[in-house]
Amino acid sequence: MSYSFELPLLILLILTAGGAIVVKDLISSVLILGSYSFFLALVWAWLGAVDVAFVEAVVGAGLATVFFLLTLFRMAPEHILIQRSPPPISAVIALPLLGLLLLYAASDLPAFGDPQSPASSHISPYYLENSLRETQTPNVVTAVLMDYRALDTMLETGVIFTSGMACWLLLGRKHS
Amino acid sequence: MLDVIEALLRRPNFVAFVTLFLWGLYITVVHHNLVKKLIGLYLVQTSVIFFLVTTSVKSGATVPIVDLAAGTAPEVYMNPLPHALTLTAIVVQVATLGVSLALVAAIYRRFGSLDENEILKRLE
Repeated sequence: MSYSFELPLLILLILTAGGAIVVKDLISSVLILGSYSFFLALVWAWLGAVDVAFVEAVVGAGLATVFFLLTLFRMAPEHILIQRSPPPISAVIALPLLGLLLLYAASDLPAFGDPQSPASSHISPYYLENSLRETQTPNVVTAVLMDYRALDTMLETGVIFTSGMACWLLLGRKHS
Repeated sequence: MLDVIEALLRRPNFVAFVTLFLWGLYITVVHHNLVKKLIGLYLVQTSVIFFLVTTSVKSGATVPIVDLAAGTAPEVYMNPLPHALTLTAIVVQVATLGVSLALVAAIYRRFGSLDENEILKRLE
């Protein structure tokens, strides 16, 4: 856990997110969002979440960018450039206050990388100790997804199917 | 006050999470463009997943793939549960993004604009 390449990655992450927000052309904004997703995948690989990094690189950076671009390519060029209007004062005041509140709560969080943190000490040791014996799968994340929570993963495909049906019903209708 | 700043300096991931979360929320609330709102929503979702994955880190541990030579002691591997749960969250996030983009496309076909104010004007 050295800080040598962690901080540049986090700064790049925030810079690409800011670029996606600030840029006025929506297509450039979406492409910058794709690069943000790739940096996020790098950050997750660094945090040891290799499965999440793969899914983010394929689904987040790939599929989401393709969805955005497919939507934007159907639109006239004058609608893809956006005009900015002055923000309401309530949002400018309320959101920094919310941010200060969140940052103030940081000292109550468990330390970064603490092996005894609440998230890592109750049930997750069980999976790490027993999943290889019970499921014969070396990858614990796969064992949890496909064996212990197989029903949940099956219902997730139901969610994907429902969203596909919703897209088809919304876009498939003939325009009168 | 000093201990809060020290706590923040030791948690750079949390500061990045707060920045991304608030930035996305701000864009979702303030912008009039529907696609820009969706970009803000995407930032909010990924920042929350980033926070969850950060809780799975144990210092000195490796990726949660059991290696028989290293044994099955829980300190050797990262916490696999946030990874498994956020995998589901990412896939569902992209599915809902697809539905919302389809809604935006349908709105654009009907009203010929992506701007919230113009759509409201044409609704009247």
